[in-house]
Amino acid sequence: MKKKVLATIVAAAMSFSLLAGCGSQGAAPAAEAPAAEAPAAEEAPAADEAPSEDAAPAADGDVITVGFAQVGHESDWRTASTNSVQAALSKENGIDLQFVDCDNDSAAQLEAVRNFIEQDVDYIVIDPIVSTGWDTVLTEADDAGIPVIVIDRTIDDSDKYVSWVGSEFTNEGLAAGAWLKAYAEAKGIKELNILEITGTTGSSAEIGRTTGFHKYVDSEGWNLLDSQTGDFTQDGGQKVMESYCKSYEGKFNVVICQNDNEAFGAIDAMKAAGVSYGVDGDVIVISFDACTAGLQMVLDKEINADFQCNPLQGPDCLKLIQALKAGETVEKQTFMAEPWYVSEDILKDITYTNNSGKEVTEPLVVVDAATVEAAY
Amino acid sequence: MGTINKTLKQLLLPLICLLIVLLINLIKSPTFFNIGMQHGVLYGRLIDILNRGSEIAILAVGQTLVVAVSAGTDISVGSVMSLSACGTCMMLAGYGVNSTTQLMVPLGIGILFGILLGGVCGCINGALVSKLKIQPMVATLILFTAARAIGLLLCNNQITYIRYEPYKYLGNFIPGCPVPTAIFVTIAVIAVVTLLLKKTALGLYIQSAGINSRAARISGINSAMICFVCYLICGLCAGIAGMVASSRIYSADSNNIGLNYELDSILAVALGGNSLGGGKFNLAGAVIGAYTIQAITTTLLAMGVSTDQAPVVKAIIVVIIVVVQSPTFKEWFANTEAKRRALAAEGGQKA
Repeated sequence: MKKKVLATIVAAAMSFSLLAGCGSQGAAPAAEAPAAEAPAAEEAPAADEAPSEDAAPAADGDVITVGFAQVGHESDWRTASTNSVQAALSKENGIDLQFVDCDNDSAAQLEAVRNFIEQDVDYIVIDPIVSTGWDTVLTEADDAGIPVIVIDRTIDDSDKYVSWVGSEFTNEGLAAGAWLKAYAEAKGIKELNILEITGTTGSSAEIGRTTGFHKYVDSEGWNLLDSQTGDFTQDGGQKVMESYCKSYEGKFNVVICQNDNEAFGAIDAMKAAGVSYGVDGDVIVISFDACTAGLQMVLDKEINADFQCNPLQGPDCLKLIQALKAGETVEKQTFMAEPWYVSEDILKDITYTNNSGKEVTEPLVVVDAATVEAAY
Repeated sequence: MGTINKTLKQLLLPLICLLIVLLINLIKSPTFFNIGMQHGVLYGRLIDILNRGSEIAILAVGQTLVVAVSAGTDISVGSVMSLSACGTCMMLAGYGVNSTTQLMVPLGIGILFGILLGGVCGCINGALVSKLKIQPMVATLILFTAARAIGLLLCNNQITYIRYEPYKYLGNFIPGCPVPTAIFVTIAVIAVVTLLLKKTALGLYIQSAGINSRAARISGINSAMICFVCYLICGLCAGIAGMVASSRIYSADSNNIGLNYELDSILAVALGGNSLGGGKFNLAGAVIGAYTIQAITTTLLAMGVSTDQAPVVKAIIVVIIVVVQSPTFKEWFANTEAKRRALAAEGGQKA
């Protein structure tokens, strides 16, 4: 009898550790495996291809090996980022890419970067899960003479990387403000009463988008009725908007949500409360991110303007690597071009002073079916 | 008659707490209580409280039984909500699909699958606690950690959208019906569990097993079985709450569905005047507690308290409510009251 009970316990414990393993750690070793096998597999084709290399237009001499340590695959945005880098740093462009999905485990990411250094790859691309704790490993890379390119998220405690490619969130907020100003003028709307649904407090996207947009709120004297966080979730946006609809019934004409999911929730809440919104409605809806579903809503004239956070770092990464290969010096920071999507063909472009103090004029893209199709 | 009075007395404090929260709103802004019809549906803050409080109320029903029978809490309910939501969306959309307008299986089967997943989780918790005698918090900690991760795997680490109109009914409105569907779901859950407790001896068994499991076993009650059943009901409740939460956003957001709901459900049980030490329990109290929590949340949103600071205010209110209901405070209050009366009587005599 006792043995039977013991057996059950052990069996249960084993099956649970299996289940738990699937969730958190399981993916890390699985992701590392291809990285470890890759060099062996790569050497053979590299040797085979060597004679025909001269014929290939992109590569001059040998194949460039690049290690890429990605955050994980938690959202569509991240998947788009991964696909973009994989597509740009491809065999056709003379690059052999070793990809490691770190599944949001920062220890696994450090390990992956160390592996790259040991394998002596030519370049390392990192999308850092956390912004600190990088100095040691980046120094190792530096000592080994491997240039490191950082994409998307930032590294705060080390400057031993050659360049960073990503989005400037403050510019996204500024562009939203500039668009709203121009749009209100074009439409003859005199008074703007704004409700804001912000992202997760303290995240870089929330800080940047709020800072940028609030510059316009302050300078234009717009009336910001309320600002609460929706945590970048649909449920959060819906809850906050439900309450807004009652507190400010008939008193607001702009809702700005800091990502598409929040906008979906806010739109559902407005629909339920009978508030008319979008292009032909009383309330202007502004959103950020511009994922496929978000752009679909811009096309359906439910969201007036959507400011993209560009996940396609691949082409810029490729440019950097080619420049470094050619021995050129590169900029420490590269801000990616980010399209601003609108649903109406009223304004051609917007002009604003960006975060680096330069006055820029950027085009507005009117969304059509093809834009939605091409979105990530 | 006597028992009814006693139940009422038990419910009095939780009810007063709820009323005070609502009263503050009445003073602050009288429009809080406006209920109107808009586009053929009921519309107002009170409706919001009833509607949004559904998930916590449903969880609180299951949690009350678990607390009563095992003197411990099921901390996995929030994660189980997320798992069952993911399970349903995965069934309906098919594995790896992240947005669908057409269902792979009939809606009913998908929802049933989600609720059953909740039941399976309840069985696992129940077996660990009742058969293997693992402490409830440790036993449920396993699914607290694992369930959300399993949900992520089911949904291929994406948010799965079910853009199919009837899927939205459960968390929103059925066309033509002015009352939010979630309220009906809550009523149904409470009614079924209440019937189960009143019409069978289950309620009595749970109390006996909770007060003294050995004594109950010796007097012929299968304590382990009763405990198992309570965890099973709790798991099913979590599954149902997960369906409602998922239907509200017609998707399975495994990272956020049911986040921190386990704490709210435990709080609801405590606010309802139930002892977390098990034994006697009061289902109605827990449900009132759940709506009190939602009333506080809605109030803070209505007053424009920033959502970052809201938990602090919420904590202060909860501390006050719990202190007022604690036996020590009640005793102290009764003593001072008695002293005051005695003094008054003495004074009266002297004069």
